[in-house]
Amino acid sequence: MQQLFERLQALFAVTDFKEQRGDLAFLRIPKDHAEMLIRHLRDHEGFTHLVFFSAVDYIEDGIFRLIYMLHNYGTKDTLGVHVDISRENSTMTSIHELWAQAALYQRELKEMYGIDFPGSPGVDEDFLLEGWDEIPPMRREFDTRAYAEKTFFPRAGRTSADPRAHMQENLYPDGGES
Amino acid sequence: MFAPDRSKYPEMVDGKPDVDLDSEKYVKIWHGPQHPGITGNMSLELTLCGDEVVECKTHVGYLHRGFEKLMERRTWIQNFPVVCRIAVPEPAFNEYLYAAALEDLAGIEPPERAQWIRNLNLEMMRLASFMAWLGGQAGAFGQGTIGQWTITHRDYLLDLFEEMTGGRIYHMYMIPGGVRAGLPDGFEVRLEAVLKRCEKLLYEIELVLLNNAVFKARAVGLGVIDKEMIDRYGITGPNQRACAIERDVRKDHPYLVYDQLDFEPITGTASDCYERTVVRYHEMHQCIDLCRQIVARMPKDGPFHQPLPNVLHWRIPPGETYVKAECTRGEKGYYVVSDGSQYPRRLCIRGPSYTHAFPVMEKLAIGTDIADIAGLMVSLHTYPPEIER
Repeated sequence: MQQLFERLQALFAVTDFKEQRGDLAFLRIPKDHAEMLIRHLRDHEGFTHLVFFSAVDYIEDGIFRLIYMLHNYGTKDTLGVHVDISRENSTMTSIHELWAQAALYQRELKEMYGIDFPGSPGVDEDFLLEGWDEIPPMRREFDTRAYAEKTFFPRAGRTSADPRAHMQENLYPDGGES
Repeated sequence: MFAPDRSKYPEMVDGKPDVDLDSEKYVKIWHGPQHPGITGNMSLELTLCGDEVVECKTHVGYLHRGFEKLMERRTWIQNFPVVCRIAVPEPAFNEYLYAAALEDLAGIEPPERAQWIRNLNLEMMRLASFMAWLGGQAGAFGQGTIGQWTITHRDYLLDLFEEMTGGRIYHMYMIPGGVRAGLPDGFEVRLEAVLKRCEKLLYEIELVLLNNAVFKARAVGLGVIDKEMIDRYGITGPNQRACAIERDVRKDHPYLVYDQLDFEPITGTASDCYERTVVRYHEMHQCIDLCRQIVARMPKDGPFHQPLPNVLHWRIPPGETYVKAECTRGEKGYYVVSDGSQYPRRLCIRGPSYTHAFPVMEKLAIGTDIADIAGLMVSLHTYPPEIER
């Protein structure tokens, strides 16, 4: 995997190479070069399998980290490509022409994180949520508990069975580390 | 054999059929979510011209519980009851992958006996899941009795799970560092008795399903997956192996003790609904064989669990990982990110149904007779919770 990184470094502005295991590594590339790198990995390095495509919200840094997980069936290596994009007006180049299922991942990211992929087929269609008018729910600032308390009405007499609260009460009745 | 009249097809515009519903040539119907021929809580929006499907759109969201979001707000150990729900007929793969991801990030190595027990659990789970699928596949073509047989035998396996783990469906048995308990006394004998019953059942199913003229007439040539589609659509598992591509995570990236077991990936060539059924049928025999190999060779004593820090205050070192396993439908994977806190930063579940039920189903459905849609859907073997995590 180190050799692959050196080959890519000669062609692209890839950084932050990290080998998690012998068959799994991660690297980072600026947003503008990402689609070219992914196309190169698919067409010239044998990473023909798009395992999944998702995002991690780093709200404290004001970024979404996109993760393109690619797999090479020949060398049996898996490579995670990180692309950091701004949380404000977040858009990214679509890769629906490279893999058929990419459009679906992009449609999900649009709904769940509000990341737009202009030109991606059906990207504006509802994926799971119909008539959703809150902020995209996978963003860190979306508070599931506040939403549930506002939207749903629990049955009378229900009490919390949170094991953490229960154990803390029993193990550390006078307080202690939480 | 169904022979569509191509002249009735709508024109294709931008890769989609240009359907004018007001022309009264087409009708739109919903196949699901309440339909015996649909796999789980999802639906297909079908546009028909006569009996022929000209457009198919998959709809999910009927059981969305926001698993990935929920898990970001729970401690590492609290997530075990959540991950089980992300593939109801075979929760063990989720338990294993989540535990394996945490072990990878925290640098924990489970003891050898735990690895063998986990492997046995996964192969039993695979057989139980295939039993549920086989009943669905036969039922989709009108052979409901086979479903009753297979669900009965699945229940025999669930009895064993109850004995082994305390739970029939959701076990929460494989936790980081190993498993919660060893095997009960005499478990191997009772397992062998159930495996023999399953073998006998499979022999009967071969006679009444795989050699059934009606099943063959309807399943042969239905939903053919081209080789070019495999990588383009990210198809994995039996759907891929039925296309003569020998890829199996258990063989290519051996985990647990698969590298010590004797087996070869099962492949087919025709890549249609019938071939996928045959591949899975042989994989069921393979599960039985693997269970026997594991029981014969597994260590009978020794630790089954590695001590963990207090899991109520467990902080996993910052990092990210991706672990995968071969579930009944293909590559299942867990991508886990830790920021060093008591809660996961991000958990992303890669389920094979994501692509099989959406782009693949939408493509294969076009040109299919409406009566065969249920059989085609089941032959792709999809579980909606993997899509709407």
